[in-house]
Amino acid sequence: MVFAELVQYVVTGLLVGGVYALMSIGLGLIFGVMRVVNFAQGDFMMLGMYVTYFYAVAGSIDPLVGALLAVPPFFVLGWIVHRLLLARVTGGDPGRQHDAQLILTLGLSLVITNATTMILTPTPRGIRTSYATQAFAVGPVLLNQARSYAFVMALVLAGLVYLFLTRTDLGRALRAAADDPEAASYQAIDVRTMHGLAFGVGIALVAAAGGLLATYYPIEPNVAGNFIVLMFVAVVLGGLGSIPGAFVGGILIGLVQSLTLLVLPFQLQNTGVFVAFLLVLYLRPQGLFGRRARTV
Amino acid sequence: MPSRARGWIAIIVVVAVGLAASFVVQERYHHRVLTLVFLWASMGLAWNIISGYAGQISFGHQAFFGIGAYVTVLLVVKLGLTPWLGMIAAVAAAVLAAVLIGLPTFRLAGIYFGLATLAYPLILRIVMDWLGYQEVAIPMKREHLGWFMQFSEPRSFDLVALGVLAGSLALSYRIETSRLGYWLRAIRENEQAAEAMGADSFRCKMAAYMLSAVPAAVAGAVYIHAILFIVTPEAVFGLLVISQTLVVCLVGGTGTMWGPVIGAAVMVPVSEILDTTVGDSLPGIQGVVYGAALILIILFAPEGLYWGVLQRFRARRSRGAEGVRAAPIVVAQPPAHPGAATGDVLLDVRGISKAFLGLQALSDVSFDVKEREILGVIGPNGAGKTTLFNVLNGFLVPDHGEVRFRGQTVTGLLPSALCRRGVGRTFQVVRTFPHLTVLENVMVGAFAREAAVDRARARAASALQDVSLADRAEALPGGLTTLELRLMELARCLATSPRLVLLDEPLAGLSADGVDVMITMIRRVRATGMTVVIIEHTMQALLKLADRLVVLDQGRRLAEGPPGRVTQDRAVIEAYLGKRWLARAGAPAC
Repeated sequence: MVFAELVQYVVTGLLVGGVYALMSIGLGLIFGVMRVVNFAQGDFMMLGMYVTYFYAVAGSIDPLVGALLAVPPFFVLGWIVHRLLLARVTGGDPGRQHDAQLILTLGLSLVITNATTMILTPTPRGIRTSYATQAFAVGPVLLNQARSYAFVMALVLAGLVYLFLTRTDLGRALRAAADDPEAASYQAIDVRTMHGLAFGVGIALVAAAGGLLATYYPIEPNVAGNFIVLMFVAVVLGGLGSIPGAFVGGILIGLVQSLTLLVLPFQLQNTGVFVAFLLVLYLRPQGLFGRRARTV
Repeated sequence: MPSRARGWIAIIVVVAVGLAASFVVQERYHHRVLTLVFLWASMGLAWNIISGYAGQISFGHQAFFGIGAYVTVLLVVKLGLTPWLGMIAAVAAAVLAAVLIGLPTFRLAGIYFGLATLAYPLILRIVMDWLGYQEVAIPMKREHLGWFMQFSEPRSFDLVALGVLAGSLALSYRIETSRLGYWLRAIRENEQAAEAMGADSFRCKMAAYMLSAVPAAVAGAVYIHAILFIVTPEAVFGLLVISQTLVVCLVGGTGTMWGPVIGAAVMVPVSEILDTTVGDSLPGIQGVVYGAALILIILFAPEGLYWGVLQRFRARRSRGAEGVRAAPIVVAQPPAHPGAATGDVLLDVRGISKAFLGLQALSDVSFDVKEREILGVIGPNGAGKTTLFNVLNGFLVPDHGEVRFRGQTVTGLLPSALCRRGVGRTFQVVRTFPHLTVLENVMVGAFAREAAVDRARARAASALQDVSLADRAEALPGGLTTLELRLMELARCLATSPRLVLLDEPLAGLSADGVDVMITMIRRVRATGMTVVIIEHTMQALLKLADRLVVLDQGRRLAEGPPGRVTQDRAVIEAYLGKRWLARAGAPAC
């Protein structure tokens, strides 16, 4: 039945989109607060997958729990990377500073991918879980269990981030630093600390998303390339700098990717995503939820 | 700027060194490294044209590299066409692709442009996969090896790659020393100022993008024949290609043709040697080295090796030359009664309205400007003065109304087109091209009238002379005083030979002496036959200077007329000083 097939594609897209949404929130948060496009975001996701893998192999920790356990170490890692690298190229001519940070994260990305290849070999690995190959059946529609769990976890984490940003003083300070760093600094908000916090949280989120992804996706050093572009697209789609926008953008990417398969062969799956990306850039560069257009 | 001959000699020296290296080197592997140095330098030079000179960071330049590779190889495979001719088709395809990509993408600014360019090679990669070109091998042509760029002698590949490099250097040097090159650098430094000075930024960027596709496509074609022999989407459209290009350019330095050459000469051998010595046991070592190089360069020499060394060299040389202070600016007074307004209308502003998201910045503003008059536009902060200028010089298109300049409707024209028709302007906050010298800043204006660099330089020098700034010609704008900056901007505007000069708060931030100098300058500008419109919100200075005043308040024209009458106007007093003052000022009259 055609309708059931359509529903199946939509549901699959939504489930995948949940994890995309979580990783995109991380990228969106970093951009929103620091105005940095983090090219290494996909590599931190890849590291999150490996950490979850080693939790599972060495400690027999279920990857869904392992993804959560990846949050603290990656927050610290993000904080350190910011302190040692990104904080040192902040200040000065804003245009050049932007390029400098971009290139810095590009360098970081190359180092992480290739160092991981050196140390862990390029061989793909996977985590065996009982639920990876199981599916919930809702009428004629099948929901892959691993993807369903990952979707729910992603939603919960995204909700927690949202509560943190809107309901806590620290979250409000973070948003203030994002909106107007100068005014925020007059309110005794240490903007540099806020940047470190944002980078730490952004990295922790994408690592957790990597952990969730690891329940159903092969783990290899080069996995970042497939996802970093999807994250960029999601964040631009939602509006650079908007957290809810990044979330919706991530979900939409999942949907577009899945629905593209209805009309195009599998190899062209991502073409739909890139075409959507270019259309949004041309027609509405500020994105669906963006406030600032073209000012960056 | 070094003289023309010196640049060509430097290129010849570099090519000669490359040639010598190719004949010294014996081992096949060393030839391969040499070929790679030449090819990556060429690819870096290609990227540098659009991202270095024009400052439009492209993350998708491997699109052209890949098109060059695929088109050439497919022509060999399908039609048996020699790559020597195939490359011409490949270049044509790459330039066409640049047009198709550039037309929509240059509507985006800054980071949005960079992100959008990411998508194109990815799409091409997917399309090549889908078309079934996952792996296309070059067929062996034993009978006509040379005709099909299949040499048994590895030195031949060096020479082909060196030829590509020589061509890329020549192209880069032609751009650097042409009007386009100056315009591109001006656009990189301050796009709006460049546009207002007559550089059509969209066309300039498109030209740069098309030119930059050429060496990229050729480098891609030769790379496949010399190094890979098999073309795959990942190898030519992949992120590693752009990473390598970025590394070469950033390590060497962007915005100069020597940057990519230096970067390639340093980075390619380092990574190749590491790859052969420890690459087997440590498979990602090249990537780690490239990544680490990027990080270290950004942290310790963000401008790249070329600029870093140059700065140190210049600092050493100019020590001792320090302390040469410019003489105070003295200007001759213009004739007491310069040619007064003739009464002919030069600029006719009819019913201009402009709103920003509900804020009515200008509503139904009309006035005219007569030939050779000095018209003052005054009004409190937020009255819409700068918005008015932005409409007059083309930065904004009004919602309603019409601007006629010398009898022709000019509403909706680009600022660069208006500049060429004779509308020059300065900015409230001086907009310089910070990395260009004062003379080069003014040359950007001169290019609105002169295509030849030498004549533009002469015209700029004379404009600097006119504003008494000739002795600062070689300084960078960062070292200038506020007065000197305003004079430089005035000179840049005058170098475009405007009929109408729009000055946006030319007196702001000047000392009393500075104000006097500026006022004298403005009178002299008018004395040479130009018409001047000045925005000010301090009325005192304008009373001395202007023949007529137009008063704006909250986007409306409040009053218009000679200064004496306007300052008596009740509405003007109310807008400036409030109702209470009106009562006092009005009291004796009642």
